Amino acid sequence: MIRLRKLARAASVLTTPLAPEDILSLFNPVFSARQLRGVVTRVVAETADSATIFFRPGRGWKAHQAGQWARIGVELDGVRHWRSYSLSAPAGQDPAITVTDVGAVSSVLVRETRPGDVLFLAPPQGDFILPEHPRPLLMLTAGSGITPVMSMVRTLVPHRPDADVVLIHSARTPEDSIFRGELSELADQFPNFKVTHWFTGERGRVDFSSAAALDELCPDWRHRAAYACGPEGFLDDAEALWSAEAAAAEAEGSASAAGESHQPEGPFAADPINLIIERFTTSLAAGAGHDGGLVTFEASDREVEADGSTPLLDVGEDAGLLMPSGCRMGICHSCLIPLRAGHVRDLRTGEVHGEPGQLIQTCVSAAAGPVNLDI
Amino acid sequence: MAIVTNHEPEATEDAVAPAAKTRRGALATSGSPLVRPPAAAHLSDEQVAELGRELDAIKDDILAKRGASDAAYIRRMIKIQRGLEISGRATLLMSRNKGAWVAGTTLLSLAKILENMEIGHNVLHGQWDWMRDPDIHSTTWEWDFVTPARAWQHTHNDLHHRWTNVVGKDNDVGYNLLRMDADQEWKPFNLGNPLYNALLAPVFEWGIAIYDLELNDYKEGNKSKEALTKDLKALGIKALKQFTKDYAATPAVAMLTGSGKQALYGTLTANAVRNVWAHAVIFCGHFPEGTDTFTEEMVEGETRGDWYVRQMIGSANISGSKFMHLMTGNLSHQIEHHLFPDIPSNRYAEVAPKVQEICKRYGLPYTTGPIWKQVGSTWAKVFKLALPPKKA
Repeated sequence: MIRLRKLARAASVLTTPLAPEDILSLFNPVFSARQLRGVVTRVVAETADSATIFFRPGRGWKAHQAGQWARIGVELDGVRHWRSYSLSAPAGQDPAITVTDVGAVSSVLVRETRPGDVLFLAPPQGDFILPEHPRPLLMLTAGSGITPVMSMVRTLVPHRPDADVVLIHSARTPEDSIFRGELSELADQFPNFKVTHWFTGERGRVDFSSAAALDELCPDWRHRAAYACGPEGFLDDAEALWSAEAAAAEAEGSASAAGESHQPEGPFAADPINLIIERFTTSLAAGAGHDGGLVTFEASDREVEADGSTPLLDVGEDAGLLMPSGCRMGICHSCLIPLRAGHVRDLRTGEVHGEPGQLIQTCVSAAAGPVNLDI
Repeated sequence: MAIVTNHEPEATEDAVAPAAKTRRGALATSGSPLVRPPAAAHLSDEQVAELGRELDAIKDDILAKRGASDAAYIRRMIKIQRGLEISGRATLLMSRNKGAWVAGTTLLSLAKILENMEIGHNVLHGQWDWMRDPDIHSTTWEWDFVTPARAWQHTHNDLHHRWTNVVGKDNDVGYNLLRMDADQEWKPFNLGNPLYNALLAPVFEWGIAIYDLELNDYKEGNKSKEALTKDLKALGIKALKQFTKDYAATPAVAMLTGSGKQALYGTLTANAVRNVWAHAVIFCGHFPEGTDTFTEEMVEGETRGDWYVRQMIGSANISGSKFMHLMTGNLSHQIEHHLFPDIPSNRYAEVAPKVQEICKRYGLPYTTGPIWKQVGSTWAKVFKLALPPKKA
């Protein structure tokens, strides 16, 4: 590795201002001096609307932990778009993402990806991972929320005889239920893994408004470390139930403190901390276009309320920041700043746009809703 | 860069009452400058505003169409250029053979021209930023040219493109070296105009590198010593790398086949060919007969339409084949490039007839001609302006 790097540095004397990788990319698309890439090795259809994409990453990728996600860049009509997808492959194996078609980017991934295609990548990250020490686990998933949990199940169940995992997975219909066959097989094969397939098309959503449903599906749920992944409402309901249970347990705990304790003590007592949640949606909403919003200059730790017609360049300068600038009319591209979150409106065309990481021409862009900038 | 002292409370008030603000940010859509250039003096404010709207519509149309085929175009160009570059350099390694020398030098010259003109210049303008590909982006690109990309972007994209042909504001009018406009005061030094220009052409990249240091600004106190030191350092590093690649590393490897000296001549020739060509093309952009220059009064109060007018009558095109357009980096569509500096270069050809039609309809000059004519015209100006103006 070190010798390779030295060789590359020596070669760059001949390739400057390019890096040797830029030349090598003529022969192998995984090479790039600037960005991590992967080549698709296999695409497996899971349901009518979802597929698993296996890829071989280039140098700079790091092995994922079960439950983590990675940012994947895809080109739509020439423009790079980035989305985060959970890795469904078990830890220690070649990475794969399982994608459900819910929008323009995921649709291209599910329907148009072929082996040999190049994906743009960022290394895996995320804290939705298995506990360090073995504990009985309860997994609550809904829809594509099964994806990170599948990585956990595949990592844990076949390899750890001491594993104790209960999975309750909601999907609309059996046909929509990703990994249904594999999950059932694993449950047949390993007695320490129990799975409940809950089809909301037939039975409605799992009722988290009281503990009754869970008491029936998994009587010892209070003593398990729980993981939940799914749509916003599903997670909010689960969170509310765990909080309520924790409050009740605390009240009961203090009431019975004088008498004999009949509650099992220890690390598995119901506690909101024991519910670990993975959310997919971002919290910043797009503005209606002419709205303006709170502009956060993240690196400078400054927040300013801005209207929808003042260029972000002016907003920053008025707040006392040293903003890069040039022509101030949208032609020279000197004022580019990375967007961290939110949307902006192009003052020339009225178009509202914005993706995290996108470079914004601040001299002709105004806030459309809350905006976070990397300066 | 504007330095604004911290006054947060006002900023919040501004946000509540934005109406009071008028900024250069987006030029006004109506109104008029103090003086309209003579070539556009016959146009009313309303006509100029309408012309601005028509040109905006042309740009919007391109932005709406821009997509996968454009992305494929620039990637193909980059592939071709890199192919030419490595095959040219590899051939030069055996340049003891005369045929190999000619082939290697030709390939490398073509590679360097493509790299600077169709790829480098246009990427550095941000023409491909919309792809959001960090490998083809104005903020990350560095080119095979002595001047560092960031320094050039400042003098070119910001200063030259904003103040196109405004004497006293756009230093590209003569590059602080040549007398290229009758409004520039004549000095005996200008007698050497043709000589300086002839000497500049083969070493054009070094001329641009020095120009980008903005030494005049430093002398006049408009540029700090720290800024100059920083620029000098960046230029030093870049120049050393460029010099090492072409004049040390390539000949050194070629010595293995006994072609060291020939390879050195090859890289020297390739750089000179590129320099002479780039110099010729760039001089054809704003100096041929028919292009106008402007006074500072003409940009005072300039509207969006007036800005467009200035770009059109201050620039000149070169007519020719598709290959010629490619080799000029589509700067043969200088007029269209100056109207829309950041639309993808492969789109200028389809915009050109629409712009020409607008010029015709509004009675504005649209200067164009074959390359020999345009080059001849700029040289005629170089000679003519070497002499003092005739006393009336």
